[in-house]
Amino acid sequence: MNLGYILLIPLIPLVVFLLLGIFNQRIKPAISGYIGVFGLLVSTILSCYAAYQYFFVHGKVNGVYQTFVEKTVWMNFSDTLHIDMGIFIDPISVMMLVVVSTVSLMVHIYSRGYMKGDDGYTKFFAFLSLFSFSMYGLVLATNLFQIYIFWELVGVSSYLLIGYYYTKESAVAAAKKAFIVTRFADLGFLIGILIMGYYTGTYDFETLNDPEGNAILNWASTSFMGLSVLTWGLILIFIGGAGKSAMFPLHIWLPDAMEGPTPVSALIHAATMVVAGVFLVARLFPMYYFIEDGFALNIVAFVGAFSALFAAIIAITQTDIKRVLAFSTMSQLGYMMLALGVSGYDGHEGLGYMASMFHLFTHAMFKALLFLGAGSVIHAVHSNYLKDMGGLRKYMPITNITFLIAALAISGVPPFAGFFSKDEILVAVYEHNKLLYFVGVFVAGLTAFYMFRIYFGIFWGKETKYEHKPHESPISMTFPLLFLALMSILGGFIPFSDFVTADKAGFEAHLNYPLAAVAVVVGLIGIVLAWVFYKKESDLADRLANFFGPLYQWTSDKFYFDAIYLFITKKILFKRVAAPIAWFDRNIVDGTMNLIGNSTVKTSEKIKGMQSGKVQDYAFAFMAGVVILAIVFVYLWAE
Amino acid sequence: MNIDSLLVMRQEISLLAIILLLLVAEIFMAKNKKHSIVHLAIFLFGVHTLVGFLPLTENSLFGGMFRTNGLIHFFKNVLNIGVLILLLQSADWLQEKIVSQNKGTEFFVLLFSSLLGMYFMISSGDFLMFYLGLELSTLPVAALAAYETANRKSSEAGIKLILSSALASGVSLFGISMLYATSGSIYFADVIELITATQLTSLGAILFFAGLAFKISLVPFHFWTADVYQGAPISIASYLSVISKGAAVFILMILLFTVLKPLIHVWENMIYVVAVATMFIGNLFALRQQNMKRFLAFSSIAQAGFILLGLIAGTQLGMATVVYFVLIYVFSNLAAFGVVQAISLQTGKEHIKDYEGLYRTNPNLSLVMMLALFSLAGIPPVAGFFGKFFLFTAAASEGYYFLVFLAVVNVTISLYYYLLVVRAMFLRKSDTPIPFFKNKIYMRIGLIITVIGILILGLYSPLYDHIYELSGNFNR
Repeated sequence: MNLGYILLIPLIPLVVFLLLGIFNQRIKPAISGYIGVFGLLVSTILSCYAAYQYFFVHGKVNGVYQTFVEKTVWMNFSDTLHIDMGIFIDPISVMMLVVVSTVSLMVHIYSRGYMKGDDGYTKFFAFLSLFSFSMYGLVLATNLFQIYIFWELVGVSSYLLIGYYYTKESAVAAAKKAFIVTRFADLGFLIGILIMGYYTGTYDFETLNDPEGNAILNWASTSFMGLSVLTWGLILIFIGGAGKSAMFPLHIWLPDAMEGPTPVSALIHAATMVVAGVFLVARLFPMYYFIEDGFALNIVAFVGAFSALFAAIIAITQTDIKRVLAFSTMSQLGYMMLALGVSGYDGHEGLGYMASMFHLFTHAMFKALLFLGAGSVIHAVHSNYLKDMGGLRKYMPITNITFLIAALAISGVPPFAGFFSKDEILVAVYEHNKLLYFVGVFVAGLTAFYMFRIYFGIFWGKETKYEHKPHESPISMTFPLLFLALMSILGGFIPFSDFVTADKAGFEAHLNYPLAAVAVVVGLIGIVLAWVFYKKESDLADRLANFFGPLYQWTSDKFYFDAIYLFITKKILFKRVAAPIAWFDRNIVDGTMNLIGNSTVKTSEKIKGMQSGKVQDYAFAFMAGVVILAIVFVYLWAE
Repeated sequence: MNIDSLLVMRQEISLLAIILLLLVAEIFMAKNKKHSIVHLAIFLFGVHTLVGFLPLTENSLFGGMFRTNGLIHFFKNVLNIGVLILLLQSADWLQEKIVSQNKGTEFFVLLFSSLLGMYFMISSGDFLMFYLGLELSTLPVAALAAYETANRKSSEAGIKLILSSALASGVSLFGISMLYATSGSIYFADVIELITATQLTSLGAILFFAGLAFKISLVPFHFWTADVYQGAPISIASYLSVISKGAAVFILMILLFTVLKPLIHVWENMIYVVAVATMFIGNLFALRQQNMKRFLAFSSIAQAGFILLGLIAGTQLGMATVVYFVLIYVFSNLAAFGVVQAISLQTGKEHIKDYEGLYRTNPNLSLVMMLALFSLAGIPPVAGFFGKFFLFTAAASEGYYFLVFLAVVNVTISLYYYLLVVRAMFLRKSDTPIPFFKNKIYMRIGLIITVIGILILGLYSPLYDHIYELSGNFNR
């Protein structure tokens, strides 16, 4: 398989970035938009071509997808350890190429409308291209070292994009928070890489992941505190992944990151960058699975499940629609981690792995759609808050329909994409651990509930008095919505298990009808509850009430119903469950992180007296230092 | 003495020639044309730097007092490049001083003398030559720190530096005398054979270490750093933090790895403790600095703490990573100081607050600064990341995992304050931003070289291979 052209996929956005970055002031905004879109379009076409070539023409040999690696030795680190640079082609990297390209292209097109008139227009497109380049590099990395470089580059471009509205104090703070928190997690990643390098003698994915290879066969040779050092390495690497993928308790940056422009949220904080952690675990999946019987993998599963539940509960109480989507993203990422965590390796055993990648794919489409839809709404009403919205379906028909499709997809309603991928996840979890399965199903219900809560809140419900009459967004913004909606409808029909599996051999996946039915019913209950609670004061409600006549009469009194609702939601759900969890998140989890930061600053404040400005004091400190070192190392610690 | 031995010392001889040439040239220059001495000095030193790249074989002179080999030669070139960049960055400032304050060529003479001292120091084969080199490298800098005679702070910096360094070299000398007392020789080659780990030699090693630790500004020998950096002219602060520190690190490393190798159990623990203290203290102080020069002072203290991670490894890998890191550090730190210099020269502003909104008015300068700070913070793919990563790997390969962990924690802390400056430049708006200005040609070249270094050094891998190979010189 000729890999030369694949190198172009990341290089084109890099060139665009340099072009726009260097000639920032000299390029007309309108043209810079076209340059950005065009560059990404070429990359997208190449990605799709690569996917076609790989999956249908060259990739499969004897029923197994091959791994193609093109690399050069980049640095001889010591006699045994060397670092390579290159591109790595296997099912998940090709799939990620398609995901990143598609979403990035849509976001580029969308941004032409959304960012119109903004004075940093060119800079914005430059940053978007930088991000695309870094993300492609991350996906194509051949070894841990290379992935780490692009991992950080992705972090840098995310930092720049979140802080894009630099006049807004909160955006600047959020950008910094995101960067520091993920760097904090990368601390674990970095140490994990060092451990891997030293105990296995290689950074290379191909060598590390070989089930017959040295790393996997000899994991038991060195242990530390009762676990294999490699397990420690994997746990540390997972901490890095958890930081990027916003797993509890490292998720605190994600909701704040919503201060960035909405297209950025769609691209980075929904579809691509945040799945990097999931991708990382998937990339090292054979190691996670085989080493110490998947000890590290169990941690992945439980962290994923907990994050999914935790975030879904918080999402119910949020009033800023972008924050709802942020918590929803965290929850869905938890799903993906959970699926990876319960997966096996061979054939149908590897259902969880395949389901996770499948969900990554479909989620990228419908979550990007949700964000872009939300952006379209925010563009129209100039507010992020639910209270400023309502009844918008009349003004924004396209946004309404596409948002509805995405909401149905994420709620797991057939035949939309989310139904298929979520069903596979739940089946995989069911076969592994019943408790986690119930968590998964419950989260599915919550997802449907909060998603339709905002859907009804935005497009139906009480008509808000708007200062300016809201109008539908321009074609540059609605085209991506329509395209992504199409993907959200069709995406589920892709036979993923033929293409992306843990052992790369493919297997036949079937719908598990009873479990699918359970998931759908729970999802529908969520939707219905949201409908009952939030679709008030609309004519449809009255018509339905008439239609269901006796039934509605029986539940009769709206006030009575509201009282139950108030009791159940406000008193129990909000006050006793969701609000405390949200409080816990805001005060304890955030607080702990802030405490670490603040205490560092305070310590710094306290010791400032040491630097007095007097030479005598300095001489004293010097001599004291000598004497202390002498006493300690000549007498006390001498060997 | 035949011609070959002259060639062994050709870097020293050529630098000495430049010093004399400049002294003579000043006499023949018309008073109102004196500022053109800057062009001459930069030209001569540029040639000297280029010629320095010619290869040199391993050799020694004066019965082993002076020696040179591939790594030493390489490191002299690193120092040369650093000084050349520094000269380019300070050219405009110097011209102005020469015109306005009627200065002569003393800046160059003193600076090059100090550099000459460093050459001798890192080429030394015995403690006498080492000590002479150490003193020659320090004393002129004290005079340079007080270069702005009209400025009280500058004089204060000079006094503080000379007093502190006198103390430090006294202590160091005391330590050397103890090593001499036990071994009966001052030649490194003899000392290696004769020395054993006793209480006296341990004490000697510690005292000796303190003297060099002062130059590298390791905690608790670092107190002079911030005051001197703030008071001294920026060029000198930059020289102290880059060139002087680099040379001291290099010779400390050579001595620890060769002469003091028998005492490894003493110094590895000591380095451990000092490394942790230096990283934390440097970072914690840097957090709250408002003045860019003080800020960079503490950042450079913290960076020195990271360097110790390579020293503690005590292997060829450790040595290669330290040299590599210093090389990258030279470029990164000079870039940062260069921007501070440029802005200070144009506007006299030196506070972080003054940098707010700099990106809007001077995008290129802010980009240089951002690259420099990212490199210092160790964010890939700029060079600083590779330097740090390799240091950590060297320490990890010797099993110092906890130390590496503490270092990575410190990298995270340092990221915070480096980002403070980036944030000020890029993400903040100011009502009174620094207005747009164009740098003169020398400054621009100086900054461009550093940027190229920051971008290329980490990615150009044969360089590291080369250093690693050269490090074998000391590890046979």
